[in-house]
Amino acid sequence: MQLQQATAAGTAVRKPGIGRILQDTKYVFWREMLLVIRDPFSLIFSLVQPLVFLALFGPLLGAAVGVEAFGGESSLQWFLPGVVVMIALFGTSMTGSNLQYELMTGSYERILATPLSRSSLLIGRALKEWAPLVLQGLVIALASIPFGFVFYPLHVLFGLVVIGVFGIGLGALSYALALVTQGKEWVFWGVQQTLLFPLMILSGIMLPIEAGPRWMQVLSLFNPLTYMVNAERELFAGGLGWDTLWGVVAAVITAVVGLAVGVRVIKHSSL
Amino acid sequence: MIHTSKLTKTFTVKKEKIQAVKGVDIDVARGELVAFLGPNGAGKSTTLRMLTTLLAPTSGAARVAGVDVVADPAGVRSRIGYIGQGNGGGHSYRVIDELIMQGRFYGMNTTDARERADQLLKSLELQDLKKRTIIKLSGGQRRRMDVALGLMHSPTLLFLDEPSTGMDPQNRANLWEHIMRMRHEHGTTIVLTTHYLEEADTMSERVIVIDHGEIIADNTAARLKADLAGDLLAVEVSAAAAPEVRGLLGRAAAAGELEETAYDGVIRFRLRLPDGARLAPGLLRDMNDAGAPALRLELKPPTLDDVFLELTGRSLREGGKV
Repeated sequence: MQLQQATAAGTAVRKPGIGRILQDTKYVFWREMLLVIRDPFSLIFSLVQPLVFLALFGPLLGAAVGVEAFGGESSLQWFLPGVVVMIALFGTSMTGSNLQYELMTGSYERILATPLSRSSLLIGRALKEWAPLVLQGLVIALASIPFGFVFYPLHVLFGLVVIGVFGIGLGALSYALALVTQGKEWVFWGVQQTLLFPLMILSGIMLPIEAGPRWMQVLSLFNPLTYMVNAERELFAGGLGWDTLWGVVAAVITAVVGLAVGVRVIKHSSL
Repeated sequence: MIHTSKLTKTFTVKKEKIQAVKGVDIDVARGELVAFLGPNGAGKSTTLRMLTTLLAPTSGAARVAGVDVVADPAGVRSRIGYIGQGNGGGHSYRVIDELIMQGRFYGMNTTDARERADQLLKSLELQDLKKRTIIKLSGGQRRRMDVALGLMHSPTLLFLDEPSTGMDPQNRANLWEHIMRMRHEHGTTIVLTTHYLEEADTMSERVIVIDHGEIIADNTAARLKADLAGDLLAVEVSAAAAPEVRGLLGRAAAAGELEETAYDGVIRFRLRLPDGARLAPGLLRDMNDAGAPALRLELKPPTLDDVFLELTGRSLREGGKV
């Protein structure tokens, strides 16, 4: 039988490979983004939230810990990168929750039956949760300038890319969690929330981990998020050194592990 | 178009192994319209999911549209269309956006995808709902949207899993009209699962009956009915004529059972008669000649349910609940 004939007009059987994954990722990402484009209100809310958080928590932090804790810099310079990591953490760990909706109808299954590569499903969805962060990050950075924040655009941009790579890994894990807990949606939320807060606190996002007891400092070394926060703090302060390098390493490892787990779960999950 | 050998799927549920599909061999030629018929849990959908690469087989092999499902699942997926049991459109999306994205997923460019989407929306009578959000569509409209999604890339082989479950008769007829038209226009090969007997009977040319993970019959609906069931004949005669008729019908029924009920001085005989429509006139003549004329006669052609009953001893209508 001739294979070419089996393929419908207007479509082509494409070769697998990196180019294919990138192209598929673009389609998956774009489909997800259509939701934001068709309903831009959600984006406005997502911009207001971090601003409110920064405005209410920032001053408290400066007052409670004292300016000396931040090496004499504005507490914003220290705190703002943490907020960016936090938004990324909350956003990308929700990747699976948006999938749950599609799992309940048939639309996830319909998409699984298309030739889209499996990793592109994970990356595309995770990137959608990350994309608003670029805008959010820039808005809170600009809004903080009048309060003593020094803005290094290129460093900040690079910082957003690094957190994006980390977000792909976390998003893929969240996606896998949604598949594994299918039919028991509350389990997804239980696991996601239970993991989220210790990860967040032990990374020093909210308060400096150096101020905590020794055991917390040790635990924080095993938390990939710690390296993300440290890298972002260095970058947002206009630096580029070891912290950034370790952050990139942590982000890449998270992405590789997340995608490996995610693809495996997709292939072995039965709907 | 499809060739499987010893295709098997075993699920492990709570450490217990359940053989959902037990080594099925299926061959489907280009242009065929085949229905997998069987009760819920018979393994129809599991088979379909293996053929569409949504499930990996435990053992055995399958080639679909010339491609091996295990070696190149993405290759299979790019050559087939699949319309699942659920609604394929994302709830919060607009009809037109989902269709164009679907085309893109299959490697169509935006212009071709838009053109194809418009064409499908028109033929499925959805053109006025182009910008409607999918959650706002009615059940029938959503199902037609599923069909549109499945046909976006004009597949030459289309799988449908329980296409008309939950639809009212009018929508079901409407859906079939679209599927049949597409088939006549493009010669599409169609494989579907159904537990609606009438659907398998009237729509498909070939019926594969599946029960407990095995193929128990595979033929045209007409052949299955003629070979396995035969017509149901009911004759009513006066009590006086009963002994004569009992003898005549007893010989005609051969190995089959002759049922007998009596009411108001009338005896009602029932029997299954292979090729009954052809034999009935002769029987009536013999009864007349014997001075035992029929008062009333009923002849019912067999249904696929009768076939299933004959094959398994169970009725398909209550099969799902057993």
